[in-house]
Amino acid sequence: MAGKDSYGMNSGNHEDPAQDTSYRSWGNYPRAAHKKILRPSWMDEITGATLRENAPLLAYGLGRSYGDSCLNDGGTLMDCRGLERILEFDVETGRIVCEAGVSLGEILLVAVPRGWFLPVTPGTKIVTLAGAIANDVHGKNHHVEGTIGCHVERFELVRSTGEAVICSRTENPELFAATIGGMGLTGIIPWAELRLKKIESSLIEMDTVAFNTFEDFTRLSSDEEGARYEYTVGWVDCLSGRKTRGIFMRGNHATTGGLHTHPEKIKLNVPFNLPGFTLNPLTIRAFNTLYYAMGKAKGGHSQVPYDPFFYPLDKVNNWNRIYGEGGFTQYQCVVPETEVAAFQEILERIAHGGQGSFLGVIKKFGNVPSPGMMSFPRPGLTLALDFPFRGEKTLRLFSELDEVVAAAKGALYPAKDPRMSPRMFRLSYPRLEEFRKYVDPALSSSFWRRVAEVAR
Amino acid sequence: MSEGLIILGATSKIAQEVGRVAARHGREVLLVARSMDRAEAVAGDLRARGASKVTVIAADLADVSTHPSLWEQIEADMPDAGEVLLAYGSLGDQERADHDIDYTLRELNTNFTSAASLLMHAAQQLEARKKGVLAVITSVAGDRARRSNYVYGTAKGALTLFAQGLRARLFTSGVRVLTIKPGPVDTPMTAHMKKGLLMATPQGVAATIYSEMEDGTADVMYVPGYWWLIMAIIKAIPESVAKKLKF
Repeated sequence: MAGKDSYGMNSGNHEDPAQDTSYRSWGNYPRAAHKKILRPSWMDEITGATLRENAPLLAYGLGRSYGDSCLNDGGTLMDCRGLERILEFDVETGRIVCEAGVSLGEILLVAVPRGWFLPVTPGTKIVTLAGAIANDVHGKNHHVEGTIGCHVERFELVRSTGEAVICSRTENPELFAATIGGMGLTGIIPWAELRLKKIESSLIEMDTVAFNTFEDFTRLSSDEEGARYEYTVGWVDCLSGRKTRGIFMRGNHATTGGLHTHPEKIKLNVPFNLPGFTLNPLTIRAFNTLYYAMGKAKGGHSQVPYDPFFYPLDKVNNWNRIYGEGGFTQYQCVVPETEVAAFQEILERIAHGGQGSFLGVIKKFGNVPSPGMMSFPRPGLTLALDFPFRGEKTLRLFSELDEVVAAAKGALYPAKDPRMSPRMFRLSYPRLEEFRKYVDPALSSSFWRRVAEVAR
Repeated sequence: MSEGLIILGATSKIAQEVGRVAARHGREVLLVARSMDRAEAVAGDLRARGASKVTVIAADLADVSTHPSLWEQIEADMPDAGEVLLAYGSLGDQERADHDIDYTLRELNTNFTSAASLLMHAAQQLEARKKGVLAVITSVAGDRARRSNYVYGTAKGALTLFAQGLRARLFTSGVRVLTIKPGPVDTPMTAHMKKGLLMATPQGVAATIYSEMEDGTADVMYVPGYWWLIMAIIKAIPESVAKKLKF
């Protein structure tokens, strides 16, 4: 048996008679029913006509966006995971050209043995390259390297007009800027070129330090201190709302230890949605392990493979299912550094709202500007908190938090969001009106219809 | 075996995955596929994954008239090929085939006649070198013709028989013919099918095929292996019963 695509009558695209409800976002909330699913296996299947005939259409990668920015309720989804070839890899310069659906984990498998690493990586490697660009993802080295968009050399963009244009800092720079962080709305990216980062070892030299207040955290990530470490991030455990205990993790690429890739097979899996957990026992376990390891090891210094350092949760497949059928969500905001008090207020409001103890991730963003006009990261502090989704109760709490964030001149992150208001979106993205001009009329998403089309 | 590998129908999903395993072993690979653009995409992927050299030839393999010149080019590009994998095919549309004779004949040509022609060219090249592996992807569908896809099944069954004959012929020259019978694999070819428990992954199927080609001694292999049992049962159904089944 072999590919119909070579000698068959039609491509991998096909039409389901009924609405397809199998494509979900990572938080499992909200749900969407798609009219049609396209599954291209080749870049040449992505054409202007495909976009026009299947409007409204949205590209889908690995579904790691939490809310509805990767869903297109009532419309078409183009599942791009069939586009998973590495087209070119120059081991001398570290430039890699990949089809849109190649995952960051797959790039690592090829790059690490040759001494190259992702220039920027989010907390999971199970995202596609095009998805990473569409959300302009950031990582623990934002203060040094900026977002992934800062390291994207160029990409192709197919528009519903039938144009297929190369976008870079010099060719079609406006479309380049609109597409980085553009939530997949400016066109379809068949391939992209990324500049990798040279490494001498696949290990990370890691330090952990305890902190108790957000001011402590700010001090630990202060420019002088932070500059010595390429990777910094804080975990906060909010036991009672008032009392916080935190771990500040920082690390650098080691210079010895060899170049070893992560294990390809994920051994653990959550096979189905579990009933009613209030918070993520995995994150708690990861946190506690770290916390106690830190107490044991003097000075908290250790050398670890890149996989547990960057991707502790990738060890368990479908960990999102532990939140059950109701799903979960994340509240991620950024505020200017001078407004750090907002975080304390957020924690107090959550405690007041009866959410009990929970875990969060905190990170200081740097000043490296992204080329993306709709990029979320900006100078300041970002806080990300996981919540089980509890309907109205959660929505009410989030609306309260919005007021705190808005007062602090902060912003919310579409990739994590199932509910932000059009007003919050407008406040978060001052270049929204400029961005609208580049949105392809054949493309849309549940998120976009919710926050932007009504926001005019 | 570390000599060159020729893949006919290199853009099929299973072929791509076999190519990736070969690439990880640093092999030299020659890809033949209809679309140059698609074959180039596969070639880039194999190079990035460690293939020592990848060459691409664009050709419509179903066009038998071009085979003599095509094979000259293949021999010129990879004279010391140690292995040939024939991996192309078309699942086709049985409902259309029921009423469209021209279409049926085209499908039979794609899946059987053209494949037999290429196997004969490949056999000559390997026979002259008195070693090598000729691997042919047929299908479990070739074990018994069924209502739902008998045109495909017939062609794949004929291809299985042809490979069997070729095996007997090449045995004395030290060339091994490996018949590969995959069950349904999750590929673009089967995108319209329901993904049941029996649907195998192309990566898993490819790994099994590659290791059997390299290190195995089998003449015929089912992938995954349990298809041997399933097909044994299906073949055992009496014709008087089978003809009434809609499967």
